[in-house]
Amino acid sequence: MGLRQRLTPYLLGMPGGVYLAVFFVVPLFAVLSVSLQTGNPDTGFTLTWHWHEYVTAIQRYHTQFVRSFEYAAISTVLALVLAYPMAYWIAFHGGRHKSTYLLLVLLPFFVSFVIRTLAWEFILSDEGFVLGTLKDWHMLPQSTHVLSTRTAVLAGLTYSALPFMVLPLYVALERIDRRLVRAASDLYAPPASSFARVILPLSAPGIFAGFLLVFVTNVGDYVNAAILGGPGTTMIGNVIQTSYLQNFDYPMASALSSLLIAGTLVVIFLYARAFGASRIQEYA
Amino acid sequence: MKEIQQLSEPEAALVRGLTQERFSRGQLLRRAGVGAAGLSLSGLLAACGVGGTGGSGTATGPAADQVGSSAWWATQKQAGVLDFANWPYYIDTDHGKHPSLNQFTSKTGITVNYKEVIQDNAPFYAKIAPSLQAGQATGYDIIVMTNGWYLTELINHKWLIPLDLSRVPNFKKYASPIVQNPDYDERNTYTVAWQSGFTGIAYDPKLTGRPITSINDLWDPAFKGHVGMMSDNTELGSAGLLKLGIDPPTSTESDWHKAANILQQQRDKGLVRQYYDQSYIKALESGDTWITQAWSGDIFQANASGYPHLEFVVPKEGVMHWTDNMMIPLGAKHPVDALAWMNFYYQPKIAAEVADWINYICPVPAAKPIIAKQLDDPAVASSPLVFPTPAMAKKARDYYTFRNYDQFNTWNGIFDPIIQS
Repeated sequence: MGLRQRLTPYLLGMPGGVYLAVFFVVPLFAVLSVSLQTGNPDTGFTLTWHWHEYVTAIQRYHTQFVRSFEYAAISTVLALVLAYPMAYWIAFHGGRHKSTYLLLVLLPFFVSFVIRTLAWEFILSDEGFVLGTLKDWHMLPQSTHVLSTRTAVLAGLTYSALPFMVLPLYVALERIDRRLVRAASDLYAPPASSFARVILPLSAPGIFAGFLLVFVTNVGDYVNAAILGGPGTTMIGNVIQTSYLQNFDYPMASALSSLLIAGTLVVIFLYARAFGASRIQEYA
Repeated sequence: MKEIQQLSEPEAALVRGLTQERFSRGQLLRRAGVGAAGLSLSGLLAACGVGGTGGSGTATGPAADQVGSSAWWATQKQAGVLDFANWPYYIDTDHGKHPSLNQFTSKTGITVNYKEVIQDNAPFYAKIAPSLQAGQATGYDIIVMTNGWYLTELINHKWLIPLDLSRVPNFKKYASPIVQNPDYDERNTYTVAWQSGFTGIAYDPKLTGRPITSINDLWDPAFKGHVGMMSDNTELGSAGLLKLGIDPPTSTESDWHKAANILQQQRDKGLVRQYYDQSYIKALESGDTWITQAWSGDIFQANASGYPHLEFVVPKEGVMHWTDNMMIPLGAKHPVDALAWMNFYYQPKIAAEVADWINYICPVPAAKPIIAKQLDDPAVASSPLVFPTPAMAKKARDYYTFRNYDQFNTWNGIFDPIIQS
């Protein structure tokens, strides 16, 4: 091959590579670097390889870290449970109107994410039209409140994650060869069995993609906890936001961010080992 | 179209072995080279230092030191333009126009570019600090910021132009005593007040069942689960200090720890429903909270917009008094025009027009009769939330002024865990 032909793939990949380098790799190294610096905003920060910052970060905020991963995991599972039937129905029974249904799933994106969360604050308020009505019918005790609790934050996280889960699932389900499903029923498999043993495993790439999108965004989320949460629901995203933007404590905020990235990578790796990568290759 | 491969296991394994990547010596050597390059990146990491904002960062020099002195002011001329940055909904507005600014333009001939670009102190400070540090103009002649750490930083770094109060005679003449010579800016060297507010207690009498008079009511177990506190740690900490009877400007670090203890007790007992930013008003209106820390102007506006039963009270232990201040950032292109506006604003007639719309505490007491008679708005004129009574003014307390970053950091470290754990 000539030199030009050998270089072509790299040249074609260069715009994306440069973009990735400038907007991802460099900031990533900057964050890692700042987490090891000491100083204050007046006199500047210098790199002193202050690894103890990570120890302090974990000591102070381990509760929020664990809580964020817990909330992200719960909301991912809930989103999966809610999104799968929706995606399945659109893919298998959508018929001619599939694009309309997909548009309906995407419609919330036309409204800003923060405004949607504020709408939930209105819907879930103590005497609002949901709780107020249930209380009037004496189905709930008068002192029930949903806002400012863990339930509200989880509901908000699940709700905002739903479209991100429906779409990858839909894509994966859409790609399943229908002849496989027919073959399963030809071989005397009841519908439940053909679902569990044919459709579900074949949609594994979609579940993995949905998990990535939902888990990673939710673990760092701070809007839901700020608007719908109360004492005891603070997530690590809130802590990082306060550190960076109000307290100007850049080393701590960077250390927290690095720990969050590392933790998320570990979780994704564990998931891929348990549920995903090795088996996908056999079906490709 | 996918084909189902019916290969036996050994053949399938052969196919995988023939087609999948292996780890070759060439690959190992190449990846080792990349690893070595990565180690040299540690040198680059050291270069990712974050510069400081003080000291050598600022473009100071002999010329900058003289900015703001009377000799410097003598050389400045009126330019005919004013760039005014302010918070949203913080000036009188009538169908998109601002009457007070229009009157200013017709009287002095200065055109005002009014921009509502300030949403909060911290992000606005973060926005202008890099320009100021580099010695460049921010593009604004007047900015409005609340007293607090970010204003103190601007003063400490000498990023504000000292005012020539001889050109703002209306300030000394008409300003209320509580905004003159504040703790955070002695002798009004850099700032004059725009509007003030009180952080007191707001409550719904129907839900609390009794009138509220004291800050201890925020700790009343009868309101368990329905008390709102503020998520701003300066407000929260000051409430704790007031409960202990400590005057915030003279408090010490051990006082802060004591305040943090009782705030933590309040939280541990389950009294606090949530730590709110400005959305406390929605929670109070909807009945989620019964009693909450509150800003005076919000309650006034809630009363006017369908919630007349909500009450604001100045606790007998004291009420926190904050001020949004006008100031001139370094590098402002039209400083004399800025002084002209400040002087114009402090006329009782103009201050009355603005206060009638904003409904926070007006810094000009003489505006009260003007609002009552000429603007025909007795509700605003008689409201103690716009013109505090002398009794209320005596209870007004200032916030603790942080002198350096370490104090700010200590305060944050003491009070943030209460809100964030």
